[in-house]
Amino acid sequence: MAKQPHPTPMLDELEKGPWPSFITGLKRLAKEKDYVVDLLGHLEHSYETRKGYWKGGTVGVFGYGGGVIPRFTEIKDEKGEPRFKDAAEFHTLRVMPPPGMHYDTATLRKFCDIWEKYGSGLIALHGQSGDIMFQGCTTENVQKAFDEINEMGFDLGGAGPAVRTAMSCVGAARCEQSCYDEAKAHHKIINNFLDDIHRPALPYKFKFKFSGCPNDCMNSIQRADMAVIGTWRDNIQTDDELGKKWFAKHGMNELVNDVVAMCPTRALQIKDAKDVRRDNPYISAVALNDTQCLEIDNKDCVRCMHCINVMTGALAPGKDKGATILVGGKSHLKIGALMGTVIVPFMKLETEEDFDKLVELAQNIVDFFAENALEHERAGEMIERIGLANFLEGIGLDVDPNMVNNPRMNPYVRTDGWDEEVAKINAKKQAAAA
Amino acid sequence: MAQPQMRKPVEYFLDNKKFLHPKFAANYGNWKYHDRPRPGVLHHVSKTGDEVWTVRCGTQRQMDIYTIRTLCDIADQYGEGYIRFTIRSNAEIMVSEEKKVAPLIEALEKAGFPVGGTGNSVSMVAHTQGWLHCDIPGTDASGVVKAMMDELFEEFKNEQMPNRVRLSTSCCEINCGGQADIAVVIQHTKPPKINHDLVANVCERPAVVARCPVAAIRPALVNGKPSLEVDEKKCVCCGACYPPCPPMQINDPEHSKIAIWVGGKNSNARSKPTFHKLVAAGLPNNPPRWPEVNAVVKKILMTYKEDARPWERMADWIERIGWPRFFEKTGLPFTKYMIDDWRGGRYNLNASTHIRF
Repeated sequence: MAKQPHPTPMLDELEKGPWPSFITGLKRLAKEKDYVVDLLGHLEHSYETRKGYWKGGTVGVFGYGGGVIPRFTEIKDEKGEPRFKDAAEFHTLRVMPPPGMHYDTATLRKFCDIWEKYGSGLIALHGQSGDIMFQGCTTENVQKAFDEINEMGFDLGGAGPAVRTAMSCVGAARCEQSCYDEAKAHHKIINNFLDDIHRPALPYKFKFKFSGCPNDCMNSIQRADMAVIGTWRDNIQTDDELGKKWFAKHGMNELVNDVVAMCPTRALQIKDAKDVRRDNPYISAVALNDTQCLEIDNKDCVRCMHCINVMTGALAPGKDKGATILVGGKSHLKIGALMGTVIVPFMKLETEEDFDKLVELAQNIVDFFAENALEHERAGEMIERIGLANFLEGIGLDVDPNMVNNPRMNPYVRTDGWDEEVAKINAKKQAAAA
Repeated sequence: MAQPQMRKPVEYFLDNKKFLHPKFAANYGNWKYHDRPRPGVLHHVSKTGDEVWTVRCGTQRQMDIYTIRTLCDIADQYGEGYIRFTIRSNAEIMVSEEKKVAPLIEALEKAGFPVGGTGNSVSMVAHTQGWLHCDIPGTDASGVVKAMMDELFEEFKNEQMPNRVRLSTSCCEINCGGQADIAVVIQHTKPPKINHDLVANVCERPAVVARCPVAAIRPALVNGKPSLEVDEKKCVCCGACYPPCPPMQINDPEHSKIAIWVGGKNSNARSKPTFHKLVAAGLPNNPPRWPEVNAVVKKILMTYKEDARPWERMADWIERIGWPRFFEKTGLPFTKYMIDDWRGGRYNLNASTHIRF
């Protein structure tokens, strides 16, 4: 039995309503733990005064420089003593979940037992960084909790100017749109960067995210310094049986309004079956009934996923799968939000060597970032400052028109190296053709 | 002197193979298609004809161990012992037989986990830590989200939106909640209040100066002490100086307001990804249930629900109807603060005669 609870009239309001209440959960914990009794008092004080009262500090585990988020209370009495003394320290352990956030119940139960013993009993599944957040621990217990979590085979994630915990979608485990083994890429990349995760020494944070298709369920273009997004090069695959089934259920109006008209590059047309351009190797067609087809000109298709999302099964990503790599996504601070931009339009991710090439590319990029970014500058900001062409040269990639929306719109550039550049491109073309 | 023996960490990132539901492991990379027999249920069929049903339910994200154990009990008794989580903190329990779906749904709902969040529904809000744990929060996150999801409960449980709706909340302008169809983000309206007694000891002053996006901070001697001063005419009240320098308090119970942004899209489907845009600001930070924020979010959502065509995301819908009509239909005022004057902002002006009358 824990001590008497503090009155929490404001938080009590968050126990009303049908959505699961974190306050109800905290109150349940507070029945057993003085720690959570005081945490609720601390939070109620924030609600009353509309301010936060946690400050950072330095708390960690033996051997690592990051992965623990230290929090010390700033609600003090006139003598400078914590007013909610049992919750004076409320540190978080960031722990990396398995790729795709898959668990068996035995693992989750073991997490609960460890956190019941050493922590507040509050676990966030998951934080915005993609970590399991073991929230609320005293300085004394951080090491003990980590040791047991680490014995289970789990490791701390990143914090501060480090390579951060990565995220990957459910992917090949359950999704028919998956274009590469996301979990494998995630696993290989993170194991390559463990030192940079655990011992922050970069100019600023660096995040990887892995999405299996252009639906980008991991929001990687907007959030990842390096985004690995599945795609394909050949034709969209079709299944006539499922196409007919879809059409029988949804009809011509939905096909026209929701599929054909919404294709961003007008790559779709409805054709009589006899008129489908079957001799064109870039055409795929799915039957709608015995006389009509939906024809796709795959040279025009930008792999946006819309028609595949609507007619899943009838249409599917092609067979020649791989990934597009984008670099430089980040949120507002400091120069405004940036999206990642294409640096590799397509790379295969099938063999071990393919995955090794991905790791090598990531290592090159992080090395360049470590050498060239200013303090507290994200990769996207660095590229903004030095220009994409210089970044590409630095990491040894060739320019490609897939990297731009359109060529330059201003003349403010020195082009006296033009002939050499053209000669280099031609030499490469010749070498590739030889 | 003998040092206490410290355990050396095992540095290794584990793979997910042993955590996969057996059907996932058996059909890895070999799925054919999926459908949704009802909201909250995904039915995946593999190329070999294997099937798996996934029941998705909402959680409070910040879960106590009793809640997690309850989920595990349900997954063991009604599921097959495996749980996965989505990026929006929904829990998913998988079963390999259709007949297990209904009892699983019943058990989840009875325990208070709403089943839904699939397809064209409003899924759980991606959110941040807030007053519970963050060191720089302007508001709480879990509280805002709880109040919002109570209001949107039926939209989570049903698939009645034109396309999927993704929401986020963020407790400061760093926007950790991320880009979303509708994002609720703190917007400070006053420059930081500086405690000059503490700056010299607490803050690395050149680093703080460098952090400001508009170069409004400069070193200064205040009351004989080395400190920092802010050019309040330049200051955009973003709060970027506060994390590296806590004596520059940006959070204010009255003047830290809430802004609402719409039209962020993560996916590449149809249009390229988009960032969300400012459509409302100046809303009070009003715990414990933030009714003013909820009213605006609900108004935008319901207008979208009624007006958008099938498969139009928030951004696609606004692209079709135009911003003037967005403001007209939602009743939100368009103010001068929505005219972008940040770098590159001119690209957000209308350089054409494309005007809808």
